[in-house]
Amino acid sequence: MTASNFSAALAVHCRGVTKDFGAGDSLTRALRGVDLDVPYGELLMLVGPSGCGKTTLVSIIAGTLEPTDGEVVVLGNDLTAMSNGRKVRFRRDNVGFVFQAYNLLPALTAAENAAVPLLIAGWGRAAAVEAASEVLASLGLGDRLTNLPTELSGGQQQRVAIARALVHQPRLLVCDEPTSALDAENGRITMELIQELAVQPDRAVIVVTHDSRVYSFADRIASMEDGRIESVASGPHTAPA
Amino acid sequence: MLWIAWKMLIGNRVKYLGIVFGVVFAALLIAQQSSIFCGLMLLTISQIRDTQGPDIWVMDKNVQYVDDIKPLSDTELFRVKGVPGVEWAVRFYKGIARARLEEGTYEQMILLGIDDATLVGAPEGVFMGSIADLRKPDAVIIDAVGYKRIWPGEPLRLGRVFEMNDRRAVIVGITTASKTFQSFPIIYTRYSQAVLFAPRERKVLSFVLADPSPGVPAEEVCRQIEAQTGLQALTRQQFTWKTIRYYLQKTGIPINFGITVFLGFLVGTAIAGQTFYLFTVENIRQFGALKAMGTSNWTILCMVLFQAIQVGIVGYGVGVGLAALFGVATKGFGRLSFFMPWQVLAITGAAVFVIVLLASLLSIRKVLVVDPAIVFRG
Repeated sequence: MTASNFSAALAVHCRGVTKDFGAGDSLTRALRGVDLDVPYGELLMLVGPSGCGKTTLVSIIAGTLEPTDGEVVVLGNDLTAMSNGRKVRFRRDNVGFVFQAYNLLPALTAAENAAVPLLIAGWGRAAAVEAASEVLASLGLGDRLTNLPTELSGGQQQRVAIARALVHQPRLLVCDEPTSALDAENGRITMELIQELAVQPDRAVIVVTHDSRVYSFADRIASMEDGRIESVASGPHTAPA
Repeated sequence: MLWIAWKMLIGNRVKYLGIVFGVVFAALLIAQQSSIFCGLMLLTISQIRDTQGPDIWVMDKNVQYVDDIKPLSDTELFRVKGVPGVEWAVRFYKGIARARLEEGTYEQMILLGIDDATLVGAPEGVFMGSIADLRKPDAVIIDAVGYKRIWPGEPLRLGRVFEMNDRRAVIVGITTASKTFQSFPIIYTRYSQAVLFAPRERKVLSFVLADPSPGVPAEEVCRQIEAQTGLQALTRQQFTWKTIRYYLQKTGIPINFGITVFLGFLVGTAIAGQTFYLFTVENIRQFGALKAMGTSNWTILCMVLFQAIQVGIVGYGVGVGLAALFGVATKGFGRLSFFMPWQVLAITGAAVFVIVLLASLLSIRKVLVVDPAIVFRG
């Protein structure tokens, strides 16, 4: 099967993906032949203990890390065959990120932070901030547009991060432990927002999490162990066949 | 993206001010010390600058700078006058004389003797008395700074009398004059009077001042004078630079100032570089996030360079501004020389550019090699 065969049905297609860090005696095998498919319109959760390779796998899928071996096709693009420059543009145009530590720029307001992907894509500042403000308003932060991250609660900061991840309409959303720094209520609200705004028929969402409280939002749950996917189970949100 | 870089930079005020401080320190030290150095160099040529009128200075062929007096015979004046292309030529005496004041104390003075007939070489800044009064017996004109040095706290007054070489001198005018390297008072008088005030020597003529005929280049006339008389003839510009070159090559002044300027450069680079690097390390996750979101290395490079240049511009502006303020504030202090030509600003600007470039090098390497996947690590 070629990359183009997958593009119609699958947002992510991984076969035999391995990743080694170091060499010789210090070689660490983080991924040991991972096979994973994520269709469009699905919210997949990657779960497993610390050090099992979740973050490594999601970094490879997001195009921020090179696999050692294997096939990685994302949104119809073979990432292993891409040059660094093309991969940067691919991420800019197609991938949205929600990070565990939010990674908001402390000197920018909420609206300016949410506008960053548009600015990276070359939008003018005023237009980008205006578009970001609309997304923030839809996330219930219309009255916090000019606040700096330090003036926002953890839940509000994560909502700004979600707005930043979605503002440029990416086709793949990658969330790394989006609820780990939040209390139960804010964690639930965050996942509801991701599910409501991010899960679309032409988009796939991958959430890396330890937080068993949010498993109920998954369409499927892939459990990892020691660099391999041990099982893939359907979540409560699996669409009926 | 440059806007984001700017916001990131000023977002951390303490770090920002720390980096700017390093550049300000370097720019201030480089500009201030260079300006004092230029001021000192200006002192060495003050008598050439103040002697307005003649374009050509003729002197003994071994003279190396304006204070290196090797007296000529008075007859040399006529030999110079006889060179084709010389419009006119006059005698000029320059020497050091010891004056005995009314109070019985002694003072060293720079004695300048100008042509009796034409008064060519007379000071232009006479503000009390008149140049024409130099034709009176025993008449001298003194510079105001020298007057205040000899008689501190006393008002400027004409008619004051002192002695040089047991001969009476009467102040008939007070002038402004450029400060000199030796910082002695400057006395202007007629040539015939000056040779009486000076210690007795067989030869007394210090320089012949001349002017080329209209339309004849001064350099060409200088060549003619040298060829026909065996003397050294220089244009005002050439003599100025010969004097400056002498001080640059034969004294420790440039090395002393150079060491200070170099230290300023090093310390400024160290402070700015270290603080800038810490600033980058502190923001490394932000840069990683930007890279993960699709910012190219080229854009990241531009952002860091923009931050460095922004710091450089602010630091340079504040630094040379403070240096200029220092110059203005110390203008009243007679002994301090400060001259800030555009070359000092340009050199300081170039040094600051190198400083911010060096300061940003480590940071640039850091952000370029940062793995965008860093943002996925807790």
